[in-house]
Amino acid sequence: MERLKAADLGQIVTGAFLLAGAIFLLVGCLESSNFATYTVQGVGVGMTYGSLALALVLIYQATHVINFAQGELAMLTTFIAYQFTKWGLSYWEAFSVTLAIAFVLGTVLQVTVIRPVQHRSVIATVIVTVGLFLVIDGVVNWIWGGQFQTLPLAFGFSSWDVGGVFIEKYYVGMVVVVLVSLTAVWALFRFTKLGLAMRAAALRPAAASLAGVRVDVMLAIGWGLAAVLGAVAGLMTQASPLSSLDPAFMQPVLVYAFAAAALGGLESPAGAVVGGVAIGTFLTLLVGYVPQISSDLQLPLAFAVILVVLLIKPSGLLGRRQVERV
Amino acid sequence: MRGRLPALGSLAVVAVVLAVLPFVLSDYNTYLAAEVGIFFVAVLGLNILTGYTGQISIGHGAFMAIGGYTTAVMSRDHHTNLIVTMLLAFAFCFVVGLLFGLPALRLSGAYLALATFALAISVPLLTDQWSTYLGGTSGVQSSETKSNLWIYGAAWTASAVLFLLAWLILRGRVGRAFRAVRDSEIAATASGVEIGIYKTLAFGISAAFCGVAGALYVMASNGFAQPDEFSVLLSLQLLIGAAVAGLGSLWGVLAGAAFVGLLPNISTSVPVVGNDHGRDVVYGLLVILVMLVLPGGFAGLLARVRSLVRT
Repeated sequence: MERLKAADLGQIVTGAFLLAGAIFLLVGCLESSNFATYTVQGVGVGMTYGSLALALVLIYQATHVINFAQGELAMLTTFIAYQFTKWGLSYWEAFSVTLAIAFVLGTVLQVTVIRPVQHRSVIATVIVTVGLFLVIDGVVNWIWGGQFQTLPLAFGFSSWDVGGVFIEKYYVGMVVVVLVSLTAVWALFRFTKLGLAMRAAALRPAAASLAGVRVDVMLAIGWGLAAVLGAVAGLMTQASPLSSLDPAFMQPVLVYAFAAAALGGLESPAGAVVGGVAIGTFLTLLVGYVPQISSDLQLPLAFAVILVVLLIKPSGLLGRRQVERV
Repeated sequence: MRGRLPALGSLAVVAVVLAVLPFVLSDYNTYLAAEVGIFFVAVLGLNILTGYTGQISIGHGAFMAIGGYTTAVMSRDHHTNLIVTMLLAFAFCFVVGLLFGLPALRLSGAYLALATFALAISVPLLTDQWSTYLGGTSGVQSSETKSNLWIYGAAWTASAVLFLLAWLILRGRVGRAFRAVRDSEIAATASGVEIGIYKTLAFGISAAFCGVAGALYVMASNGFAQPDEFSVLLSLQLLIGAAVAGLGSLWGVLAGAAFVGLLPNISTSVPVVGNDHGRDVVYGLLVILVMLVLPGGFAGLLARVRSLVRT
């Protein structure tokens, strides 16, 4: 009984904390147009962090492994989309074809290189993803590196004027696209038989396989879905005219996604998205308002956030405490 | 005593080969061999943490950076003897490792991986923040540079001393506690092992080893400490080295050090993949291949070969 109360209290505190943050942002936006611009930007980029963080969480939930190649995989798929637009496809055609390719790529990678090591140890699997990181990085640099290239802007360059506040269309577009894909993934897990089987395979692999779920297939599909979410994150990062199509462009995003996943709790899909938006708005506002903090310092700051959160609440803001049975 | 003879024999073989090598090798190859020695120290240290204690770290390049900058700054500002700076790097990194280990001991598995990854990213960027003292992106130049032969000698002497130290630590009570923590934290606690203390200690020791490696690393790059040299890639290389090494074998650690120290240089000379990117691809593919084919790392392979020979 006591422990139940403590858990409830933790949730209430977290909820109050998030509510306070939301109210702060809302009041700030109403008070100052600069603040509103920064906030929209922060939520926009935060959504891309959240999307990649959710990809990490999907894989973490199923296999307790952090995929260090997730960002590079997203980068690769973005370059594939770039190639399609160069071959004459329109942006949104390339977008949809790329998502399909990302799904196939994710499943194939899981089956060929992850499956043989995943039962051995977490360290072995992490090292394989590190190897994938190097391979993908090398391949993309080999094929597309060293030349200046841009992806067409998905939502153009213009902005709306809302009562004196300029809101860039591409940030709004980023939020909408990421939200649509997140809703699709959520619906898949919540309402379909496949989603139920995937949840079962992640939660209780042995029991699920006894009930007739093909756990291996579910894990492969999970990697495919994660790759699709990553592709959305990569493509939407490129929807902002501030970013350039460089083979290293997803590396900082991956770092923020790590921060977001740690903040929200590696076990919590909702936490990953909330964490991404929180990190995005926090850092954008901080860099916007504190001139001493250069954008170089954003990365260490994101990690200062991780460390502080992990020290106070080792399972993240929305994560549940793991109780181990002996 | 008889059981120790083969082990002593292989030690002697390694020692003799290492003593003869500099007379045979060209200057550039001596430099490469010194590089392997540097990675030997670092992989040995990381192996104590990942292999023996079962804690993952993707951030030990940061301790190499701290050790390297300790060396360069002491040499620049106080003209400290480079051997002394190695000892300073050891002591300083031990303390920093303990301090980082204190919070890290509350984390495990993936969360620890993230926290150490944070370390790998942040530490090189801090040089920019205190650029008046740490030289920013242009780096710190130590007051003296050493020949490749000198670095070779220093690296392998340090390897020998630290190998002995690691053996002394791991063979007794502390080593047993490390392995207990790795095999099951709960069982270790139940048997009266203070897991917090031992995890922190393992972190401090491995950090200290990597600090010495970092000091040597700076000396090997003409006494020049630069943030770019201590990128995340270095931390990843150390982790790969520890995985290739496997557990508890001198030959394993040698193989791991040679893998990360030599591979980037060898594959550049392969004609088909003569560029940097081709090298990355080959490197990554080999890493994956090693993990798929050699589950226990090189040490595991040796154990398998040995049991085959015996039967």
